[in-house]
Amino acid sequence: MTASGWIQLALYVGILALLTKPMGLFLVKVLDARGRTFLDPVIKPVERLMYRILGVDPQTEYNWKQYAVAMLLFSLVSCIFTYAILRLQACLPWYGAAQGHLSTVMTPDLAFNTAVSFTTNTNWQSYGGENTMSYFSQMVGLASHNFFSAATGIAIAAALVRAIARDKAKTIGNFWVDLVRINLYVLIPVCIVYALFLVSQGMIQNFRPYTDITVLEQAPATTQPAVQTLQMGPMASQVAIKMLGTNGGGYANANAAHPFENPTPLSNFIQMLSIFLIPSGLTYYLGRTVKSQKHGWAVWASMAVLFIGATTVCWWAESRGNPHFAELGVVQTGGNMEGKEVRFGIFNSALFANITTDASCGAVNSMHDSYTPLGGMMPMLNIQLGEIIFGGVGAGLYGMLVFVVVTIFIAGLMVGRTPEYLGKKIEAYDVKTASLAILILTHSILIFTAWACISDWGRAGLNNNGPHGFSEMLYAYSSAAGNNGSAFAGLNTNTPWWNTTMALAMLFGRFLMIVPIIALAGSLAGKKRIPQSAGSFPVSGVTFVVLLVGTILIAGALTFLPALALGPIVEHFLMTNTTQLF
Amino acid sequence: MATVTQTSRRSSTHTELSSGSRAKAQQRSLFDMEIVGPAIKASLAKLNPLLMVKNPVMFVTEVGAAVTTVELFFARTHSEPLGFVLQIALWLWFTVLFANLAEAMAEGRGKAQADGLRRSRTKASARKIDVNGIETLVPAETLRKGDTFVCTANDVIPADGEIIEGAATVNESAITGESAPVIREAGGDRSAVTGGTTVLSDRIIVRVTADPGESFMDRMIGLIEGAKRQKTPNEIALNILLAALTIIFLIVIMTLKPFGIYSGLLPSSISITILVALLVCLIPTTIGGLLSAIGIAGIDRMVQHNVLAMSGRAVEAAGDVDVLLLDKTGTITLGNRQATEFVPAPGVDPRELADAAQLSSLADETPEGRSIVVLAKEQFGLRGRELHELPHATFVPFTAQTRMSGVNINGTQIRKGAADSIATFVGSKFPDEVNKAVDKIARSGGTPLVVASNQRVLGTIHLKDIVKAGLPDRFRRFRAMGIKTVMITGDNRLTAASIAAEAGVDDFLAQATPENKLALIRKEQAAGHLVAMTGDGTNDAPALAQADVGVAMNTGTQAAKEAGNMVDLDSNPTKLIEVVEIGKQLLMTRGALTTFSIANDVAKYFAIIPAIMVATFPVIKPLNIMGLQSPHSAILSAVIFNALIIIILIPLALRGVKFRPLGAAVILRRNLLIYGLGGVTIPFIGIKAIDIIVNLMHLA
Repeated sequence: MTASGWIQLALYVGILALLTKPMGLFLVKVLDARGRTFLDPVIKPVERLMYRILGVDPQTEYNWKQYAVAMLLFSLVSCIFTYAILRLQACLPWYGAAQGHLSTVMTPDLAFNTAVSFTTNTNWQSYGGENTMSYFSQMVGLASHNFFSAATGIAIAAALVRAIARDKAKTIGNFWVDLVRINLYVLIPVCIVYALFLVSQGMIQNFRPYTDITVLEQAPATTQPAVQTLQMGPMASQVAIKMLGTNGGGYANANAAHPFENPTPLSNFIQMLSIFLIPSGLTYYLGRTVKSQKHGWAVWASMAVLFIGATTVCWWAESRGNPHFAELGVVQTGGNMEGKEVRFGIFNSALFANITTDASCGAVNSMHDSYTPLGGMMPMLNIQLGEIIFGGVGAGLYGMLVFVVVTIFIAGLMVGRTPEYLGKKIEAYDVKTASLAILILTHSILIFTAWACISDWGRAGLNNNGPHGFSEMLYAYSSAAGNNGSAFAGLNTNTPWWNTTMALAMLFGRFLMIVPIIALAGSLAGKKRIPQSAGSFPVSGVTFVVLLVGTILIAGALTFLPALALGPIVEHFLMTNTTQLF
Repeated sequence: MATVTQTSRRSSTHTELSSGSRAKAQQRSLFDMEIVGPAIKASLAKLNPLLMVKNPVMFVTEVGAAVTTVELFFARTHSEPLGFVLQIALWLWFTVLFANLAEAMAEGRGKAQADGLRRSRTKASARKIDVNGIETLVPAETLRKGDTFVCTANDVIPADGEIIEGAATVNESAITGESAPVIREAGGDRSAVTGGTTVLSDRIIVRVTADPGESFMDRMIGLIEGAKRQKTPNEIALNILLAALTIIFLIVIMTLKPFGIYSGLLPSSISITILVALLVCLIPTTIGGLLSAIGIAGIDRMVQHNVLAMSGRAVEAAGDVDVLLLDKTGTITLGNRQATEFVPAPGVDPRELADAAQLSSLADETPEGRSIVVLAKEQFGLRGRELHELPHATFVPFTAQTRMSGVNINGTQIRKGAADSIATFVGSKFPDEVNKAVDKIARSGGTPLVVASNQRVLGTIHLKDIVKAGLPDRFRRFRAMGIKTVMITGDNRLTAASIAAEAGVDDFLAQATPENKLALIRKEQAAGHLVAMTGDGTNDAPALAQADVGVAMNTGTQAAKEAGNMVDLDSNPTKLIEVVEIGKQLLMTRGALTTFSIANDVAKYFAIIPAIMVATFPVIKPLNIMGLQSPHSAILSAVIFNALIIIILIPLALRGVKFRPLGAAVILRRNLLIYGLGGVTIPFIGIKAIDIIVNLMHLA
């Protein structure tokens, strides 16, 4: 744990805090159908055109059921669209550029898994991009979802926040308007600038065929000059939205550890920052919309506490290194470097790992599988808590708000009133929908993992046995149900069983969770807003932050402690006390 | 004026008496054998799964207990020590029984009160009058709505009804617990009589207003016994959360089996007995077991304050109330005005004014009159003379026409009264100073009484509303809790404003009428507030019905009682404040025990997780931070703790957590420390202690 690490952590959190308000204020304008932005002169005509094409009346708002149906329909259609592109990629443009290098067969189950994965903002990849995807598939089939699924998440968060702010309202907004405005005003403009920046750092953006190069250093065992095939293609345009939209699906298999996909320390820092940019701004949007900026900051602070806590534990565990390497005389300067890119080192790997799993991003710049048991447990726990620590764009906020509702319900009674959240009474229906959202996530993770544990198909994917193998399966389903997409590698999931069960976990974790949340929004919107007084439950201040963080940790611990004990925890004790390795 | 004064005087004595007699009845020890005995029996009867299924948490526990009992027969095949399985099974049954006991005890306390009521209405018969006015003796239960009957002295009134003819003094101790008689008469706001009460004098003819089984008393008994208890909205919501937690833990435990198989845990470490034990430890049995007891105890606490809540929902709503409409007279002020100052006219000795004022008030039996006598004595040492000491004095009583009273003594006519009346009496204008004094008193909210002796104006007496002691402080605490107090009065704005300022209420409604009272409630509700009020008259009924919590006075009309959702048997409007506090306390107790229950799970995990893993992975030992002796003793200790904590918390559930009138933020911080942090730490200590005992006794 180095001073430079602490400084970078402080710098990261500081800059994030500074960006929160401007981003939030911009989102306030964008997420209001009548909001005006400085981009209006250029984009307003395009927005109007979009409504005409979609046949949408931007003035009409939807009730929660209509909103949910629109969201589901849109996701279904776009999912089928991507499935078709993936299956037909050989007949589509630019296939030739990568032809001969696409060794992974696009089977129906892989296409299904991948289409679902990108539709649900998961970006789990049972494949390596360079040997599976054509440029067209990457750009149209996958990148489009990076925009759509991110916008969907933000739209639902906005609908929920609006619902809290409204008084006896029947409607929660118009899904199509939200979708169009988020894409046109936020995602696309930012990504254009962002992609250009990435190119300036050395990231590729072209349509050239794969290129063979002779490497300078040759492998020690051979005498022939080594030749390496380099993937080319439109990388920067896809990486920009992959980070900003917390999608995380790598263009290359090595994801953000690949020198093309993450060329410089600056690109690394900006990529990390861009993951949290929108989620962080949304907390400000929350505060502004419900007219309690303190509450917005309290939510932000709760997220920040959890983020810094988990990052520090992970960084500490990685810095201590692996005692078995020490016994073998391997020098571990700074800690456990296995699976980490030397350009980033211990701290920037640990930081990236936590950011990407706090959010539902899933891009990686190091291999989480190679972390020490406790170091690897933190990213896993981040996902299992529901990716609510800043979280995926939109998804993080609505997940967090579900926890806020549950927290207020449990503790709110203690102040002697029917629990109320910002003047909205929390009643049976709200508890039901919030509980359902939490149940879906935990059940998807635990039940699928249990199934894989005792199935031949499940264990067949494992490259490691014992607790570490268990961690790999647990991580995989956590990542899928949590719509994260990062992986403990060492698990081959490109089999029909794994692809299908993972796709199901992703679908459950996304849509079965979103529908109760939209229902919750509908219920909250319809309630009368009770005026705040000294007797109201305080939703800001230190007590609230401590309470919220405590509830999240206890809820997470209570649900996943047995599983974690059998995975990373026991592995940790085995590593430190025995010679067993997995 | 005179009637009002008398009524309120009586009702205030009424209150003191009744709270005195009730206090004795309340001092029933929590573990009184009269209640615990039958409760133990009832807790066994409650094991019926058809009843248990209403409480998902305890139902799962009961199923778990049954499963482990069956496991007893397979202990040998599963290579588990029989004694261990037996003890787990027993403690799981105890867990269920303890929860049942909590509920039975709460119900038992209500039943004890209900039994007293029931005794009062055993052998009543009715003197029914038919259309022709012929009286027949019929059993009370044959009376139907619309029938009429007659009651004379010493008759027990056979049914709820409305007096249509006559007036009588009635002993209502059967419902109010006090013996001071009350007057009931036809017409007006005190025409309602309650079945089971006794007529002490006179004769009344009553029309029946409730069929048998629906009478006030029947409902009261039903409510107290908890027979008709329905889950309140908040209880339903909490039950959903508890059910959700139960489902989560069911899945956690069910998936632990495959996880364990994969990880190579010993089958005996993840046996059905152990998994069931872990499940019961994790599901929120503490709150699940105590939840209904807390609700029943809330209604019971209302009854102890002589307030009858028509539903648990009303008690809950009381906690949410944030606007209190308080009648000025009787609630905020003492109900009658008192003399506080003599303001002499120029050139008049204050002593002379006081003397004249006292003389004029000697025969005045109103509290105002007596307060003048007392003030003169206090300020000038003037002893109040007895009437027989003044044989030549003729007292002139107050009439609505003259609007003054006084005395004629030795040719001197002393009068006191409203300024304009006295002006007519003296036939000349007042000195400026007197007019100023009159104005000043009126502006300050007081009532000026001018005293004159023959044609000479002596000065002014300041009569003032006396705000009850301690109220401003109480209202301040209410403000800290976010509750707004609104004073309702028939006085004009000026007077109202002054008293409101003195009492420290947040707002007031002057010149109140039933209509603008109702309008005020609607306005507050439209702004999202929950309103509580008291009332007794028929014209209060719409407002009582509209208010979220409407407390009807028992002395009030049937219409008022029907409209409100609570009845105060003491007819003490100040009680509204206690009603709110009890409501809050009920919700707080629920929240505190929920938080405690969930926080407990942390320690239980630290007991059980190492226990099930240590056989396969001895390296996990450091996780056993409590240093529990063996896997079996760890599991047993956690299960025992889980059962005993229910018993230990029964008194808290029945009495409620301590209520403090503080702001929400302070209460939250305090309760979080006690029940949140306490909930995390206490089981570590408890389980460790039980583990030591278990090992000392060689139980595992």
